[in-house]
Formats: sequence, structure tokens, C-alpha cells
Amino acid sequence: MSSPNDTGTRTEDRPGDGRTSPEDPGAAVLTRYQPPSLAASMHASLPRWAGAAASALGVLVAAALVAVTDVHVALAVVVGAVVGVAAFVVASRVVEGERAATDRFVTALVTMAFVVALLPLVSVVWTTVSRGLARFDGAFFTQSMYNVIGEGGGAYHAIMGTLIITGVATLISVPIGTLTAIYLVEYGGDNRLSKVITFLVDVMTGIPSIVAGLFSLALFTLVLGPGYRLGVMGSVALSVLMIPIVVRAVEEMLRIVPARLRESSYALGVPKWLTIVKVVLPTAASGIASGVVIAIARVMGETAPLLVTVGLTASTNFNPFEGRMAVLPVFAYYQIITPGIPPQAFIDRAWTSALLLILFVMVLNVGARVLARALAPKTR
Amino acid sequence: MSRQIDVSDLDIYYGSFLAVEKVTMEIKPRSITALIGPSGCGKSTFLRSLNRMHEVIPGARVEGKVVLDGQDLYGPGVDPVAVRRSVGMVFQNPNPFPTMSIYDNVLAGMRLNNKRLKRSEADAVVEHSLRGANLWKEVQDRLDRPGAGLSGGQQQRLCIARAIAVQPQVLLMDEPCSALDPISTLAIEDLMGELKKEYTIVIVTHNMQQASRVSDRTGFFNIEGTGKPGKLVEMDATDTIFSNPSVKATEDYVSGRFG
Repeated sequence: MSSPNDTGTRTEDRPGDGRTSPEDPGAAVLTRYQPPSLAASMHASLPRWAGAAASALGVLVAAALVAVTDVHVALAVVVGAVVGVAAFVVASRVVEGERAATDRFVTALVTMAFVVALLPLVSVVWTTVSRGLARFDGAFFTQSMYNVIGEGGGAYHAIMGTLIITGVATLISVPIGTLTAIYLVEYGGDNRLSKVITFLVDVMTGIPSIVAGLFSLALFTLVLGPGYRLGVMGSVALSVLMIPIVVRAVEEMLRIVPARLRESSYALGVPKWLTIVKVVLPTAASGIASGVVIAIARVMGETAPLLVTVGLTASTNFNPFEGRMAVLPVFAYYQIITPGIPPQAFIDRAWTSALLLILFVMVLNVGARVLARALAPKTR
Repeated sequence: MSRQIDVSDLDIYYGSFLAVEKVTMEIKPRSITALIGPSGCGKSTFLRSLNRMHEVIPGARVEGKVVLDGQDLYGPGVDPVAVRRSVGMVFQNPNPFPTMSIYDNVLAGMRLNNKRLKRSEADAVVEHSLRGANLWKEVQDRLDRPGAGLSGGQQQRLCIARAIAVQPQVLLMDEPCSALDPISTLAIEDLMGELKKEYTIVIVTHNMQQASRVSDRTGFFNIEGTGKPGKLVEMDATDTIFSNPSVKATEDYVSGRFG
């Protein structure tokens, strides 16, 4: 709007001088790039079933290729996808114009990427459910493998082991992780210590789970001597994996609590620690709870660290401080890697354990959402 | 419950940056003192230094004296938390606690400090404070609803109720109406007229009509340029500031011919 020789000082004749000035090059450029009129940009649009029709065409082409020629299925699928998208985009180009065709093209790509991303998930769920249902029975949930040699038995001992060991891991990780996050957000600020902690948390996030297991094994070997296998060793290993996740989740939740809530609490004469306990944490509670539950779900299915720390046993052990414990992932691993006779009984138990782990994780994730909604601040 | 504040030679720093320089003023009890001035002149910083709220920002400190009721707020051994209990504050944006009901928001100052009240006492405090904030009639039948569900003007009056429920001696208000519509603004201004019978009120405002309507005395802050400290240019009875100020800059500012 300002002319080139305008120095930015306030002058009396300033309002309205820029746009109409003949020697303003900016205005000249703008006239050349006037947007098209609304009437000119009107166009017809493809019918709603166009997308479905194009997909059907792609599937048809792929099926025909497989039936008639002897090309590989994967290649036929690719050709079918290309043909379907091309037909869709060309039709859109003819009927709707260039901009709409670009939109259709990107929409098609995004949709296909979504389907490709979904395939492994659907495949895993399908395989696990179809093979795991064979032993999804009462005995599986009520019996251990004590005195079971071939068929029968169950994973009661492993289910209890998984619940106890992840439970103890949660009891260790949540206080440590939450307090660390509170230090980072409320007290540390930008100081050296909090930078070091943040860096270490980042490193911890990336360590392989077997290293966590070996750490716990080494720690307990140092203290108790060699040869121990305890549930609590597994809990410590899982905590090493869980703490960084909890720190990260809680830290993020605390950071989004508005500073003005802390200020209004201070202004009421409330000390800092009470402000954190009674204003900041309750406001962030919903996010913290769901972050913790998701962290639990993350470590529940860990196999390697538990393999080296808790071992396996056939009978039920409720005491994490005494003797070996069975957990679902390790149980599934041994069932499938060292089957007895008949082998199918062992393989079935392994699949049902896998199915159960998926269900646990699913229930935890749904639980996290329910919990988050229940704890979220309400407005009505 | 209202007390006089005497500020003498107050310098306010953020780290090594001098934000407000050499302010000396006398804030009279049971009156409304308005602080006006252009953006960035340090009037909010000055207001926050009156209950040591500016210390929330790392590196903030003051030199000089703020004396409330014979006691220097910045004297050795004075706890900022105790200062804030006797000098309450209302902020620009209404900020009721989102996890609390209207009832609990009013009691927040006591509840958050782990003070135990009998149910009947708590009820009495809530009603007294909400009546004091002119909000009782509107919310008396929905005290258990979340405070965040009220309108902006009601939320601000809820924050005032929350501030007076802890019985401060002084009430600081930092542009309390700038996020509100004219009707809610009028409600808050009426309320200030009521509150000054009991409290010493200091208000920062960008709205000069508001300053002239509600305040007894007005202080004009100004800044010479970016990076320079803000200063108290002039302070006098509101009528004098708006009709016959002694400094040219004040006259330019209050008449809208500025900068």
C-alpha cells in the first residue's frame, strides 16, 4: 500500500494514496493477477459414486490380469491401482477441471496409503483371533500348566504374572516419572540439571528392551548374587522402559496447563507446592492418567527383558519377591518354540496368549480414553 | 480492612533490564486508584510488584520500598505468599479453576491452603462473597456447576468473589474489563464502587472513560522509548488529571492526542 518513496513517517495526505497511484508497480502487478470471477469458476462435478466406480474398475483390472495372464498378484494389484486412479483423475479433469482433478488425485493417494497402512493390522488381528479362539476357553483362564504335559492346561499363572509384574512396574515408574516431570516443568526451568535430565530421558526412550532386562539382571546379581529369577527383577526392567514414557507424557500435560491458573492460585496466597498439588495436577489429571495407561500398554507385551529376568514356571506364583514367575509373552514364546506332544496343543496355547495380550492392550487403550473423559475439566 | 500503601523510590528490574524507574506514590485507603498509560509503560509490572506477583517471572526483582500498614513488603523475612494473602489480585482474562465448581472456586483460597471449614461456615462464606461480587442472584441455584460454564463477565465476577473470599486488605485489578462486553463492564464498575467501601483498590486500565468514571485518584505512566524504563509522570485526583493536568504529556494522553 505504501509508495516506494514513503519513508514511513506520518503525513497528512497518507490515507488512500497508495492503491490508485499510477507509478506504483505493486498495483500494476496485482491487476495482472486478478482472480477469475465467481461465474467463471463454476463447474460440474462427478457423481458421488465415481470414487467407488473407479475402485471397482481397479479391482476388476487386477482380477482380470490374474485370471488371464500369469503375472504375480502383487504386480496385478499395482497395475489395477494405477488404472483405477488414472481413470478417476482423467474423468475428474474432463468434467470438473484441473484444480478438482489434483484434489481427486491426492485424495486417492491418501486413501490408498491408509488402506496399505491398515492391512498389517487387520492381518495380525485376523490371524490371532482365528488361531487363538481354539483355546479361548474357561480352562485357559483358570488353570496353570502345573502337572500338564500335553493337551489342556491354561495360562492363569502367566496372566497373574503379567498383571502383578506390570502392576509393580507401574507402582515404581509412575511416582518417579511424575515427580521428574514436575521438577522439569515447575522447578527446573532452563537450568543445567533439567537439560541433563531431559537428555537422559531421551536416551532412555531409545534403549533396546533387552538392555533394560540385562541392566536389571546385573543390578540384582550385584546385590543378591548370581542365579536369581524374581518377578520384581522383571518389574525393574519394565520400569526402565516405562519411566521415560511417563516423564514425557506428564511433562507435556503439565506444560499445557495455562500459566494464568498458577498465577491466580499464587495471587490467592497459595504456596507453590500446594498450587502444583491442588491446581496444576488436577487440571492435567486427565492427560496424565491416559498417558500412564498407554505407557502400561506399551511395556505389557515386552518379552526380551522378562525372558532374562523372571524366567518361566508352570505353576502360579503370586509373590514377585520369591522365585520365578510366568508372564504371557514369555509363556507364548516357550509354547511355540519348544512344543511337546501333541504339538498343536502348545501352538494353540501360544496363539491364545497372543490374543489375550492384544485384548489387554486394547482394553487399556479404551480405558485410557474413558479415564481421560471422566477426569477432563467440565464446562457444564 | 483497607490499608494505605506507600511506595517510595521503587525500581523494578527484569534481570538487568530496568522496567520501571523511581516510582513514589501514595495509595489511599478505601478509594480506587487508577493507573493509566500506553502499552509497555510498566503499569502492569508496577501493579504486580504491589503483591510480589512479578517475582513469578524468573529474574524479576525490585529496589525500593512498598510499605503496607507500616510493614515493608520487601523487607527481610517477609514471605511473598503472606503478602499475596493480604493483597489480592484480579487478572485481565477471567480465570476460574477449570476443575472446580462455582462453589469451590469461591472457596479456592481457603481450600487450596488446606483450611478446613464447617459446611455451614463454607456456605456462609460463599454466599457472602458472591453477594459481594454481585453474582449471587445469577448463580445461587447452580453452585455445583463448573465455573468455566459461566459467561465471561460472570467468570470475572466469580474471580472477584474468589479474591475477596480470602479477605485481602487491598485488591489489585489488572485490566479487569478489557476482555468483557460493555454490559459486563458496567456490572464490574458498579461492583468496584461497592467494594471501595471496604477495600483499597488499584486498577490498571486502558479505558480512560473507565478511569475517569470509577477512580478517585489517577496515576499516569509513560515511557520515553523502546528499551527505556517506564516512569510515573504524574499522579493526582482523577478530576485534575482529566481536566487540568500539570504535565503536557498527560494532557496529550488523556485527550487522545498521543505519540
